[in-house]
Parts: sequence; C-alpha cells; structure tokens
Amino acid sequence: MIEPLIYELSSPGREGVQLPEADVPQTEFPKGLTREGLPLPELSEIDVMRHFVRLSQFNHGVDTGFYPLGSCTMKYNPKINEDTARLPGFAFSHPLQDPEMAQGNLALMYGLQEWLGEIGGFAGVSLQPAAGAHGELTGILIIRAYHLDRGDNKRTKILVPDSAHGTNPATTTMSSMEVIEIASDERGNVDLNALRGHCDDCVAGLMLTNPNTLGLFEEHVTEVIKLIHDCGGLVYGDGANMNALLGVVRPGDLGFDVLHYNLHKTFSTPHGGGGPGSGPVGVLKHLIDYLPDPIVDVIEEGNDEVPPLYGLVRPSKSIGRVKSFHGHFGVAVRAYTYMRMQGKSGLRAVADHAVLNANYLRVRLRDTYHVPYDRICMHEFVAEGCWEDAPEVHAFDIAKRLMDFGIHPPTNYFPLIVREALMIEPTETESIEMLDAFVEAMIRIAEEARSDPEILKTAPHNTPLGRLDEVKAARQLVLCCRPAETNQS
Amino acid sequence: MAYIPHTDEDRRAMLAAIGLERMDDLYDAIPQDVRFPDLNLPDPVSEMEIMGELQALSEANLEVQHVSCFLGAGAYHHFIPSVVDHTLRRNEFYTAYTPYQPEISQGTLQAIYEYQSLMCNLTGMEVSNASHYDGATALAEAVILAYNQHRGKRSKVVLSPAIHPQFRQVVRTYSQGMGLTLVGDESLDNGVEELAGMLDKDTTLVAVQYPDFFGRIEDFSTLGEAAQEVGALLCVVVNPLALGLLTPPSDFGADVVVGEGQPLGIPLSYGGPYLGIFTTRKKYVRKMSGRLVGETVDNRGQRGYVLTLTPREQHIRREKATSNICTNQGLMALAIAVYLSVMGKHGLRKVAELCYHKAHYAAEQIAALEDYSLWHDGPFFHEFAVTCPRPVAEINDRLIDYDILGGYDLGQDYPILKDHMLIAVTEVNSKEEIDDLVAALEEMAHD
Amino acid sequence: MEFPADLKYTDNDEWIRVEGDIGTTGITNYAQDQLSDIVYLEIATAVGERLEKGETLAEVESVKAAAYIYMPVAGIITEINEELADTPEMVNSSPFDEAWMVKYEIIDPAELEGLLDMTAYEKHCQEREH
Repeated sequence: MIEPLIYELSSPGREGVQLPEADVPQTEFPKGLTREGLPLPELSEIDVMRHFVRLSQFNHGVDTGFYPLGSCTMKYNPKINEDTARLPGFAFSHPLQDPEMAQGNLALMYGLQEWLGEIGGFAGVSLQPAAGAHGELTGILIIRAYHLDRGDNKRTKILVPDSAHGTNPATTTMSSMEVIEIASDERGNVDLNALRGHCDDCVAGLMLTNPNTLGLFEEHVTEVIKLIHDCGGLVYGDGANMNALLGVVRPGDLGFDVLHYNLHKTFSTPHGGGGPGSGPVGVLKHLIDYLPDPIVDVIEEGNDEVPPLYGLVRPSKSIGRVKSFHGHFGVAVRAYTYMRMQGKSGLRAVADHAVLNANYLRVRLRDTYHVPYDRICMHEFVAEGCWEDAPEVHAFDIAKRLMDFGIHPPTNYFPLIVREALMIEPTETESIEMLDAFVEAMIRIAEEARSDPEILKTAPHNTPLGRLDEVKAARQLVLCCRPAETNQS
Repeated sequence: MAYIPHTDEDRRAMLAAIGLERMDDLYDAIPQDVRFPDLNLPDPVSEMEIMGELQALSEANLEVQHVSCFLGAGAYHHFIPSVVDHTLRRNEFYTAYTPYQPEISQGTLQAIYEYQSLMCNLTGMEVSNASHYDGATALAEAVILAYNQHRGKRSKVVLSPAIHPQFRQVVRTYSQGMGLTLVGDESLDNGVEELAGMLDKDTTLVAVQYPDFFGRIEDFSTLGEAAQEVGALLCVVVNPLALGLLTPPSDFGADVVVGEGQPLGIPLSYGGPYLGIFTTRKKYVRKMSGRLVGETVDNRGQRGYVLTLTPREQHIRREKATSNICTNQGLMALAIAVYLSVMGKHGLRKVAELCYHKAHYAAEQIAALEDYSLWHDGPFFHEFAVTCPRPVAEINDRLIDYDILGGYDLGQDYPILKDHMLIAVTEVNSKEEIDDLVAALEEMAHD
Repeated sequence: MEFPADLKYTDNDEWIRVEGDIGTTGITNYAQDQLSDIVYLEIATAVGERLEKGETLAEVESVKAAAYIYMPVAGIITEINEELADTPEMVNSSPFDEAWMVKYEIIDPAELEGLLDMTAYEKHCQEREH
C-alpha cells in the first residue's frame, strides 16, 4: 500500500467543513423516507488535502513529463485556459437561465461553432457531444436520419477500415447499423478493391479516420470518398487526428459529410485523467437540419453599436438531444481561449510542428525499431516493439521500461494491423531536446533487449508500484470499499 | 510562438534529418487542389489580451453569485469547499489521460476507486462505474444495459413522466434505431400505480426519478416488486445530494441507479462538464458499460489499482461492445470524491437537511400568498412546483429587477403546467433571500 | 502443441467429441494459449435450447481479449458445465477435459463431415503462427 484509502483515514467525529446553522424553522422529515447514518468517511480538511496531493504525486501528466501516447494528442495544456474557464460569468451561469441573460456564453459558443466550421470546412457545427465517441454516435445517427428522411430505408451498412479505433465499430452497433470491415493495403491505405466490393445501395456510410491510425494521410482519399458518394452513402470523418490538418486541408473540402473534433486533443483542453472531453460535430450543408438540438444561432443581426442577439435553436429535422443542456461548456471556453490565442497562423504552425516532430522521431528511430509503413507520416507513426533476436521482449515490456526514464509509454497493441505496435505521437509542444532524450531512451532499451532482457521483463523499477496483477483484479473482483462499521457487521 | 518551442535552427536540423527542404514538403500526400486553404480566422492575440476579451464575454452573463438563485431543474447552485478546486488544479491530475499504465497512474486510479466506493455507499448499490458523461446519458446507458441483459428479446421501456424532460429526450435519441417502444411518459397522470400496470413480460426496464423532476419524493418499493415479478429492471434516477437525507434506492429494489452528479461539488458552468452516476448490482457488472477500476497487488506485494474488465469495452470488443464509451468524466469524478470526502458523513447530511428545511420554509410562505398555491401537497426535497397567477416568463422578467433568478417555467415541457414555476432552494439561499422572493411574488400578483 | 486424435475441430478453435449421438464441445489448447489467462466464462445457452451450427454457445474473456465460442454443428443442448462460471481458469488448465462447455444431441450427423481432423487442425494452427 502506498497510500491508505479515504475510508481508512476516517476517524469518527471528525469534520471537514463548517456549515451555517439553519436560519429558518425546521420542518419534520417525511416518515419512512429518510436514512439512518450516512456511509461516508469523516476527515478534517487537512487530511483530505494531503491525501489527494499524495495521490496526485503517483500520476504522470503532461506537466510532469513527455507523454507520446499515440492517437491521444497529449500536448501541453496552456494554464490560461484554466483561468478563463473559471471566470465567474462562465463558471457560475445556470444552463437554464434566459438566453438573453447568457449572451456572453452564447457568443462564445457561436464563435467556436464558426471557427470549427471554418477549420473543418463545414457549414454547421454542434458543440453538444461530450467526447469523441459521443460525437461519433451523433454523426452516425445523423447519417441514419438523412437516409431515412429520404425514404432510403435499406441503408444499414457502415464500412469501417480495419485500422479504425474500436469506437468506430462500437458506435455503428450502438446506432443499430451493421459493421463491414474493410482491409488496408500494403501502404496503409484503405484497400480500394476491397472497398469497391462493398459499395452498393445498402451502404449508409463509411467511417474514415484521416490521417489514419498509422499516422498516414489516406493517399486515395478522393477516390475513397467518391466511391462512397457514387453508391449513395455518406462519409463520416473521425477527427481524432485533426491536429495534423489545421490550416493544411479541410475535411469538408475533401468531401467528408460529417466529422467530429476532439477539443481535448486538437485544441489543448486537458484530458483530466480520462475526461471530460468534448466532441463537437461538423456537417456539410445537406446535413445541417439533422444536427442535435439545440445549436446556437443568431436570432437578430447586430450592427456597429449593438451586438447580435444569440439564441438556442432546434434544427428542423434534428436527431434530438444527445445530452442534457449545452455540451461541455467549460471545455468549450478552454478551446476558444486556445484558438483565439493561436489565431490563423498559430493553428497552421501547430500542424506543421506536430508533423515535423513525428517525422523527426520516425527517422531517428527507424533503424532501431521497424516501422512497417515507412513514409512521410502526419502527427504520429507506428513502430514494431519486437525483434527477432530478442524473442522474449514484447512491446509491453518496452512500454514498462520507458517509465523508468520518466517517459509515458506510447500507445501499445494498437492499431491491430501492426504486430507489437508502438504508436508514437510527440505533439508540437515538445522540443528537439526532449525528442532526442526519448530517442536515446528508446535506443538504450533496444540494446537492453539483447544484453539484459530481464531488466525489461521486470520493469518498471523506479515507479511507486511495480507491475500490477491484472488477472487477479479480473478474477477476484474488488470494485469498492465499505466504511469500517459495515465491514465488521 | 506561444507553446511551440522550436527555433529556426531546430527546424533546419529536423528537416535535414528527415531529408526535406521545406515544411510544406511534409504534406505531399495531400491533394494539391485543396491543400493550404486560406482560412477566415482571426489573427493571434497574446495572453494579456485574451483575458480582457474573455472577461468581457463572461461579464455579459448573469451569474448566480450576484443574484438570489431559485432556478434548478437538474442543475443546482450549491456551496463548494475550496479544497475541491485546489485538488482539480493539481497538474498531475488534470494533465494525465485515461490510466492505461497503472504503474504511473495510481493517483487517478485510486481516486476513481474511491469515487466508485463513495457512489456505491451513497446509492446503496454494489458496483459503480467510473462515470458517464451526465445523468441523461447514464439513463440511456441503463436502457442499453437492460436491453442487453435481456439479450435484445424485450422491447418495451416504461419511463415515468416525472423524469427530467431532457433525460427522456436523450433516451429517445440513443434508442432511435433499437426498435424499442417507450411508454409511460405520455401523461403526467402516470404515477407509480399506472406505471406498474404497464409492466409485462416484454418490458426490459422501468425508470423513475427520486426526487422526481418536480422535487417530489415517494417510496418505489411496490414498483420494484412489480418489476421483479415480470423480470424487468428498475432504474432510479437520483439527485445524489438528496441521498444525504433520503432512503437509498437500493431499499426499493433498484437494479440500476443513475443520476446527475453535478450537485456534489461541480460548478454550474452553463451546463457542463458534469458527471453521470451509474451504479448497479454485481450481477450486471459484465453488461455495464464504462470504465471500471478494481483492486489488485503489484509484483512487490503492494496494494494497487487497475482498470479491469476491459474486454467489455470498445477497444477490445469493437462491434460487439455494448457501448462505444471510451473515457469517463475523470476530473469530475475526482471533484465528487474530494467533495464527499471533505463534506463527509455529517456535512452531506447537514447540506441535505438545510436544503430540505429552507425549501419547505419557502414553499410554506409562497403557499400562504393569496394567488399562489403548491401544485403538489405530498413530501418533497428541495424543489417544488407553484401554480402562478400569470405567465412564469413574465414573473421571471420582473424578478430579475430584484436580483432574483426565478424558477423554471414548467409549461415549456408540460403544456398542462402552463403558469407553473419549479422553484429550487438550496443551502446557499438565506432566509432573507427567500423572504425577498416571497415579497416580490406577492407584489407581482397584485398589479 | 498436441491435440487429441479422437476429436474433431473447427477453424475457430472449437473441438467436438462425439459419443453416440451426443456431442461435447469446448475450446482447444491452442485457443486458450492465445487468449492467455481466462478470467470469465459465460455459457450463452440453456438446456433444451436448439442452436444452429455457428450460433454462439459461450463467451470467454481474458484480461486483454474476448472471444465467442460457436456450435460446430447444430444441436439440442442436454447439459452445460455449470462449474466453469466459477472456475474459468479450468479452460487454461484442462481445455479438452474438465473445461468442456456444453453437451448436445447432434441433429444432423452429416454436418460432422465438414469438420477438421487432428492433422488438418494442427496445420491450421501452424499456419497462423507465421
């Protein structure tokens, strides 16, 4: 045990906050509807603060060190974002207050919708989806609604390349559509022949991640999109990898009909230990009417003296609400802050340096780690974490050993089409010195794999905990702890 | 350039290593005709300037710290101890991602484990996931759980009309392709008895809210029994703060408890990010979506925590996963863990009691006014519906002149409740604020 | 890796033992080795149910993977191995014996003809190694 649980720190009678006494007459509680004693811990404020500070110290974050976790875009989160999101008018406004008394929020949301639309080449944007996967669900429901609205009832197939994130097929199933997996070719693109074979009048759409999960820009993207459109389907873009495309190319110009953005990847909002994210969805003109309810729009045009009046509007054929209220507004404030500060030129520089950093690592590592699709990559690339002359060592061991160097491991075992995959995404915010230090650590690990594989097999050595027994965790499920008194009874 | 550390020399050296001449050469794979669009975006601004711009936008909003807030309807203004935000600002927490690598993510993992424990204990259930996006999507996931538990063979879902209207809308959005029939919420007259009467062998789930959207509290034991009789699951949507005082839904035989976690230490933030509570019984754990943290040991014999039962999830099960959810509301779960730890056994009870007493005082005072009456006379928690003498929008327009943010206009969702206002009172509302509200309402009835 | 000669196999790594008109099915040594430590098993059928060839009879999970087990031939379930739910690790330790999953009445013995024998299955496993 490196830190007791909050319940283990509890001491009967201790209190963490002082609350005022009731200033109104007391009312009797309803009979039979109140509980006896509350099974919560009892601590003073200092106990709580120290506990959580200690816990934080067992974490690796972007602010602690390099975090090249592929497909997650772990860029630096500017501190100013945290301050703007906490401005009182943002943090303490109620989602149901009259829109006329929330004009600052609505102006910000409208601005963000417009900028995201401009960057992606889309005519309409909804900020409602709470995360990337939620944006995918929204997008696929929009595609479904579009076909049904046109009386095109038999389109139930969604084509998904085999290199896709698991969320793509899972989203398809969740939207009650059928997944058809499409193979990749030897250059890491969608295999056009395989795709052609599935294009018929049952195709609702294709989910395409571009750049794909190998970090490669789809070389036949124009043909792929044309094939789908020619058979009457629509193309969904998984914008997880949008960081590489800022100011470089707009998915809408390529013909993508709908795309989700990840504000927590591309637009620097923090990942929060797994959320909250934000997954706005952009659509071309023919899909605007299907966007989730509501979106922000201008109700009355403004002029030089008077700002426009913004309001919440229900698109005419909306798929409905995908969450309560207006999406992750607090995340939107952070993304807005970032985009406004970067501006047009800054956003392009983000893409340039993300791509530059990834390619620099690719060429510096490719003699040591086999890169199966070795061509100019976008924001990330995938290497193999295994060698024939070190048969005992797996990508998993390399990942664990990297922690001893204070580096968060790359994504491993994804995408599934590369064996022992190490998916490396440095992001634009890392300096050449950091990248070189990473390369050195990776080269040293490759040497250890031959000279002293045991040090890899037993890594990490310098972390508060060693390798954890995941089999035990799954076989003997312990998923919560009870307060001491219930344990004894 | 802000946030990008490269010097000209760095760029030259890196391009040379790659074997390229210019940055633009990085993009040869991109169709030329659409490459490098001229975007209509503003020019960059400095940190100094952005603060001013955003302050101006922030100040264009009404905010609840400068008025007396009686607006709730699913999002509530509560006191949040300072220690909560101080923890959220710890860089190691908020700049980390999903704890895929447990050896360097014990902070996040243990905090989620503690969150899960606190949620189980508060709701009386056996298992909690690491959270959903919000209460509405958690309810939609409960429907999906039930549907899968019955292997897709039951197609009816019974929803109480007193569940938050937006929650019900989200369930309809999520389930639009699933071939489900959603019944129960077509009439406000459908109470426990009527809902129980709708249950049959084709019903997969029945859902109610506690306290309901109108603040009312009632015992759902008979509904729980009726559900069990036909093999349907009972889902209770809760306000977790009310559970500081009220009987936990496990006592009603709930199979799934979901709810909006916002009242537990999360600021209003114009509607998000919040957190979806999802707790259930152990026997449904395999059908539950979302991240889950479990206890284990490391190779040195120390206790530690890992993500567990991951093969349920989309990254392994792909098209066979029951949900596409990838992340949780990590930082919000941390906020709740800190809030419940510092409020503790006595603090949460006291907040719930204060809400209850103040709301009842307000209700009593308003009901005593000549032209106002309570729409409902049964037990309630901290929110109640009032029949008003004139349109709610009109009243609210006037209340704002007294720096009072009035209640929710129920006519927006329930045409039958035209001129009915839903008033929320919490521990932050003083007696003086309540008296001012009552006085303003009285004045408004007369002119 | 060895495989019993008296069994028939599918290319999805199920085995079937035929005794009279009763078939018994589980997963092979190769399959459990690929999955590694099995932590969960759920039989997705019940006694008396008729399953067609290729229908799901069980799901297994290891820490990193999930797999579906399918009927090698059509049958009416006569018995299921109740013990496995509590001791899924038996699939790792005794895949061909203790970890049988279901027994069933074979409906059409002609379907057995399409299954692999030991040699063919062994070859199928070797091919996937490379």
